[in-house]
Amino acid sequence: MQRNSIGSRFFTKAFAVTAALTAALIASSALAGETLDKIKARGLIKVGVGTTPGYFTPDSSGRWQGFFVDFGRALAVTVFNDAEKVEFTNSSPQQRLPALQSGEFDILLSGVTQTVTRAFKLGFHFGPVVFYDGQGLLVRKDLGVAKGEELDGATIGVQSGTTGELNIADFFRKTGKAFTPVTIEETGEFLKALDSGRVDALTQDATDLAAKRTQLSKPDDYVLLPERLSKEPLAPAIRAGDDQWLEIVNWTVYATIQAEEFGITQKNVDSFLTSEDPGIKRFLGVDPSLGEAIGLDPKFAYNIVKAVGNYGEIFDRNVGKGTPLNFDRGYNQPWTAGGLLYSPPFR
Amino acid sequence: MPSRLSTWLGPLPFGQIFLFAGVLAIFALFGSNTVDSMQRTGLSPGFGFLFHQANFEIGETVLPYSAGDTYARALAAGLANTIKVAIVGCVLATVLGVALGIARLSGNLLLATFVHTYVELLRNTPLLLQLFLWSAIIHALPPPRGAYVFLESVYLSNRGVHVPSVSLQGLSWAIWLPAILLTAYASLSLARRLLTGSTFYIPKAAMTVLGSLVVCYLALTSFGLAATIDLPAKGGFNIKGGLSLTPEFFALLIGLVVNASASISDIVRSGIQSVKSGQWEAARALGLKPAQIMRLVVLPQALRVITPLMISSFLDLTKNSSLAVAIGYPDIVSVANTTANTTGQALEAICIIAAVYLTLSLSVSALMNLYNRRIVLRGEARR
Ligand SMILES: N[C@@H](CCC(=O)N[C@@H](CS)C(=O)NCC(=O)O)C(=O)O
Repeated sequence: MQRNSIGSRFFTKAFAVTAALTAALIASSALAGETLDKIKARGLIKVGVGTTPGYFTPDSSGRWQGFFVDFGRALAVTVFNDAEKVEFTNSSPQQRLPALQSGEFDILLSGVTQTVTRAFKLGFHFGPVVFYDGQGLLVRKDLGVAKGEELDGATIGVQSGTTGELNIADFFRKTGKAFTPVTIEETGEFLKALDSGRVDALTQDATDLAAKRTQLSKPDDYVLLPERLSKEPLAPAIRAGDDQWLEIVNWTVYATIQAEEFGITQKNVDSFLTSEDPGIKRFLGVDPSLGEAIGLDPKFAYNIVKAVGNYGEIFDRNVGKGTPLNFDRGYNQPWTAGGLLYSPPFR
Repeated sequence: MPSRLSTWLGPLPFGQIFLFAGVLAIFALFGSNTVDSMQRTGLSPGFGFLFHQANFEIGETVLPYSAGDTYARALAAGLANTIKVAIVGCVLATVLGVALGIARLSGNLLLATFVHTYVELLRNTPLLLQLFLWSAIIHALPPPRGAYVFLESVYLSNRGVHVPSVSLQGLSWAIWLPAILLTAYASLSLARRLLTGSTFYIPKAAMTVLGSLVVCYLALTSFGLAATIDLPAKGGFNIKGGLSLTPEFFALLIGLVVNASASISDIVRSGIQSVKSGQWEAARALGLKPAQIMRLVVLPQALRVITPLMISSFLDLTKNSSLAVAIGYPDIVSVANTTANTTGQALEAICIIAAVYLTLSLSVSALMNLYNRRIVLRGEARR
């Protein structure tokens, strides 16, 4: 009796992906304003995340920390002027898009790659890219492999539901080499596959692999190849059709980028309140005309910087130099410093 | 005719028609709503996507498949994987289950207690947990370089089980396959006719079949057939050659077999106990030995009780194979999920999964019912 009910319970769970997507389709797609209304009524933003140190991980007291988590808090500041009115929930790459579609989340800040399929076929909108990444290969050192091509005949772990599952197939078709995938949904099992020697390599977003390498039992036995197999622009994802929510997400991210460009930081932001620069006055809401026009708290950008800091501070605090991950800014610095971060004007 | 109609409609015909129409209307509403919102997100409902290119790879397939083939082919490969684990699983679970069921009734207290504990343990822990355990055990095996080797030919490592395989060349399979099957069938029925009632029925039958197969093979070699044995060997990243069972398949198979054997052993036990003790006594009075009593008297009668219950065990095993997703075996559910995720055709994917399991269940039931009818009839005729 019991055995049966557990069996059938998982049976149902196995279909959760397709079932949730179906449910989402039966309900109609999002209408403008709907998401914000729901968030306000609930008093909380629901955010779907992964479990990668530096990106999104609960600390010893259970409070979520990380690069993507900070953008979730920034969003809570925009909506509620309270960085705590946000709830983070882990969801696997396979489950999270359907879960967003069916209304379980208001937004995904889980390192989702913006793609045309996800926009048109799966019905999602994307905010500004918050992290420019590329797909990498984490390989056992003793294989002596320096390039992806040399993995001919290797067994490679891929995580189901990710762009990586598709990119790796493309990569080997392009190079005319063969590989055997082991497709795993659950993140823990995915890492164990490499740790136990079941697979020769893992493929995922490169920075995700760099961060997860630290969780392996012998991190030094593995090397992240320098090669990138794809472009992985990681952006906030929301249900298509809610323009208002999209704009809130857009300008929240832009506020952190623009603040860095202005040189405004969490520490010095108050000193800018007296700035004579009309652009900075508008940005910080000292001149309230802008906020009134867009229906947000005129000081939302000020509040964000005050509560979580600018883009550079968010990066440095969680994944940058001096953190265990020690990532270079790479493309992820303002265009004025040669990177790809570029906020449209606040005017 | 009117009486037929009234059985269909029950005592409250109008209420019934009304309710039925209501249910239909709700489904129609859901349907049109779904089509509507699919079209709004730019999806066209329907199965046209099945003929588009699927750009993902599947780890292991019985049907040839590679990235760039159609979704239809990918799903077929997933289905074949499901069928493979279900068929092998049902056969092995039956063998193990019957052995355990008989062991429990053997009168040997230690054995009986052991089997009892085994059954209770398996029936009262979630199958998913059992699968994770098997998967962890297999992952803990040494890597290919340090693989356990048996008889220089069977390799056990965390890359799976590698055994020698035989390939036949020189003659088209269209010739040797029917020849071998026919020989096996003919010798089996011959052995059966000659040996019924004899004490050494099974070994003698096996010898007859084996002997004829050897003769058949020798005959075929004179027409150019040659068998080569492919031994697995260590090479490159992995163990190469031979026939390989992946750790995922192996873990799923063991998990399903061990789990199903518990319920099958219970079924066998109760089936045997359902045969009245008079039958045992009568057989003993005729001077039959215990093994003969079991084979010739008890099992044929017990089968009538056992078979219908086995059907549901087989169906359980087949449905439980959808747990494959969790440990990385690419079954139909896993492929359908990826398909839904890359095409957005979730509704279609779920329809396909439903149709597949329905068809599998109905065919397993149909086959077993056919068998059931045969043994029931034979029992009746003898009486
Ligand atoms: N960018 C890829 C992969 C997304 C992805 O898997 N992201 C990582 C974090 S960057 C993740 O969520 N891993 C699973 C986990 O952390 O639990 C996609 O959008 O398909």
